[in-house]
Amino acid sequence: MTQTESSITVEVVYRGIFQKTLAQRICRSIVLAARKRGHTGTAFARYGDSPERNGVPAKQFAVVAINDLELEASMAKYEPAVVDVSIAVDDTLVKGVESWAWYGRQPIWKPLRKEGFLLVTSENTPAEVLAQTDTAERPYTLVIVPGGASFAGLWVFKDDHTDYRVLGALAKVVPDWVRLEDVKALIKEQTKDEGAVQSAQYGFDGAKLRAVKSGEGTSSHEVLQFEKPGWTTMRPGIVVDARKPGERNPQYKKYTARTLRPVVNFDTCIKCTMCWLDCPDECFEVTPEGHYEVVYEACIGCGICAQVCPVKDCIVMVDELKFEDNDDKWQFWKKDHDGYNKWFEQKSGVSANPQVRTPPARQAGSSNANPSANPTTAAGGDE
Amino acid sequence: MAVEVKPRESSDVETEQLATGCEAIAEAIRLADVDVMAAYPIRPYDGVMQAAAKLIANGKMDVEYIVADGEHSQFEIVKHACAVGSRVFVGSSGVGWFYAFEAIAVTAGLRLPVVAICGNRALDDPGAFGTEHNDSLAVRDLGWLLPWAETAQEALDLALMAWRVGEDKRVSLPVAIGLDGAFLTHSQQIVKIPTQAAVDKFLPPFDLGDRLLHPDNPITIAPQVDQDWLMEIRMQNDQAMRKAETVIREAHADFKRLFGRGGESPFLDEYMTDDAEFVFFGQGTLALPMRVAIRRLRKEGHKVGLVRLRWFRPFATAEIVRSLSRFKAVGVIDRDYSFGSPYYGGVLYNEVRSALYSQPKRPVVVGFIAGLGGREIEQPMAQEIFEKTKAAASGDLKSGDTTHWIGVRA
Repeated sequence: MTQTESSITVEVVYRGIFQKTLAQRICRSIVLAARKRGHTGTAFARYGDSPERNGVPAKQFAVVAINDLELEASMAKYEPAVVDVSIAVDDTLVKGVESWAWYGRQPIWKPLRKEGFLLVTSENTPAEVLAQTDTAERPYTLVIVPGGASFAGLWVFKDDHTDYRVLGALAKVVPDWVRLEDVKALIKEQTKDEGAVQSAQYGFDGAKLRAVKSGEGTSSHEVLQFEKPGWTTMRPGIVVDARKPGERNPQYKKYTARTLRPVVNFDTCIKCTMCWLDCPDECFEVTPEGHYEVVYEACIGCGICAQVCPVKDCIVMVDELKFEDNDDKWQFWKKDHDGYNKWFEQKSGVSANPQVRTPPARQAGSSNANPSANPTTAAGGDE
Repeated sequence: MAVEVKPRESSDVETEQLATGCEAIAEAIRLADVDVMAAYPIRPYDGVMQAAAKLIANGKMDVEYIVADGEHSQFEIVKHACAVGSRVFVGSSGVGWFYAFEAIAVTAGLRLPVVAICGNRALDDPGAFGTEHNDSLAVRDLGWLLPWAETAQEALDLALMAWRVGEDKRVSLPVAIGLDGAFLTHSQQIVKIPTQAAVDKFLPPFDLGDRLLHPDNPITIAPQVDQDWLMEIRMQNDQAMRKAETVIREAHADFKRLFGRGGESPFLDEYMTDDAEFVFFGQGTLALPMRVAIRRLRKEGHKVGLVRLRWFRPFATAEIVRSLSRFKAVGVIDRDYSFGSPYYGGVLYNEVRSALYSQPKRPVVVGFIAGLGGREIEQPMAQEIFEKTKAAASGDLKSGDTTHWIGVRA
């Protein structure tokens, strides 16, 4: 183990609202499991993330130490600047996170110390996840915890054992702090459910480790960093420039809130304006020909456009991890009609030609393509 | 209801009126050409409501007069009117002032130069109408400028100063003028009403500059900022308050030049202090009985004087320290209380002691709580205050670490 001898700090990066209870449960369980072997600890949320927003990246933390003095020492900076383990409970978070409560987009590994562990719950391979993670500035170990992203609403919790799998995987990488037997004993006490205990074992056994060297990853993601103004440079009277008509906020873009993105078949679009009208974030721009293109920098992937679109498979919601840029796709379609339609079919799993019946295989290609699977708009989401 | 408004009077002669403090404030509203005022009745503030309404009804004043559904709305209305560039006036008293507290706090935070009066009134419970300064003083830490008037004339003069200073771009902070309930708000005194021409020279039009909320100037005011911006914003307000002292001095000099009154300093009104060995210190209308006592005591050979504070915020620390360091003892008379404070003293007492702490030569500061709830400070009470302060000056009272309640029945 290379962690510091006296304490360990773990952060859980999660989708606001949808995974709040999940993050809370993971952080609490880390402390309680560590307590079983005599450690002490604390679990807390990033205060600035609350009230959080649907899908917007947010953080919670667990700090475990060998005694109260060491715990205090590691708590002197309340919100950890450096963590030993970072857990992302949705693999699309590896594309970087922009919280409403801080400035700019952070690479997912930003607070992770050298040779720390980045745990990601994913159904994808380590290579696929790494391909969407910002270029590493220091070595770390990527750990894929088997399973998809677990989404629920504000007042409900989707008990699909994600927390147990994550705890099992954590016990594999930091056994000095969280032992598998303690995790299992804790879950047994809490649930009296042998299946839940088995999920921890599954997380332990199924976790795939991939050592990441400096320089590995992608450099295709946008750099979005800002200087905070000082008292001499900010306008007096708590005044900020308003956005002018047609202008979007350059300081807060929101696209890292997205787990799915709408992909548009311009061939079948009937220019009915419904997507443009109902988009809660005004993400659609009218093209010279009257189509509606998505401004992906502003889209949070809520899926409402796909729901209100009257044309079958004209707007399809697709897993965000399949995309590397936020570029304008209408231009692509205009310049290379056939190329675009091929791209559309490949990403969405849906035929671009409405005469062709979409094979059932599309479900495998885009498991979340049905907007009703999207927690933002599905019943039981944010109440 | 349409009211015929006569053209603004351009009398080039100063006139005189027998006016209450509230009526004097209404005259100031007229002279300052206020755009929006908000009202909600509570004694003694309602005196201003009535006087202003009468000026409007008589066609002497044109102001958007909004009767709110409570004090909180009342203060919110003028805050928003101010943000869109209106010169505004508002006010309340006692618990009504407290009901508006949230709006009062945000107004200072937003640097909007609302001018208010607080007709000082004891806080409920128990219900009482008389003066006590705790209503105004409750906002002392929020960034409001807090002057206190003694006379109806001073009420009018301070109101004109308030718009001039508050609206100055270097300051841009709200001002709440303290007026003692009954003694000042409801007693009629001879008041000189300045000419419109002189007031127009003194008071430039209100201009919020690029902070004006207007469709042609798209801005967002008061976004959520969290810990990332908050300290810088507090620092800006601190700097504005620091500049207020200079701006008040400038405005005071102009005021004297244009209106021929105002005294030597905008901050302190000193009475018989030149050869004084010890002084009384306080604010508002209690100065009057203390001056009468001083004249009597002087006849008996006691070298005693009075220093009356005119601006509590900003606290003109250097000037106050320079003034009070000349004396052997200072008897601070608080028409307020601060339960559980150092030495169980009043607010002024602890502010004065704090200001004097680092002075090599400093007077003994003795604290008095007097005149609460509008109780009069009668001559026997003034005598008691004198005797204790004199004892401190002559060394018989070693320290001022005791607070004396004056005129309380056992």
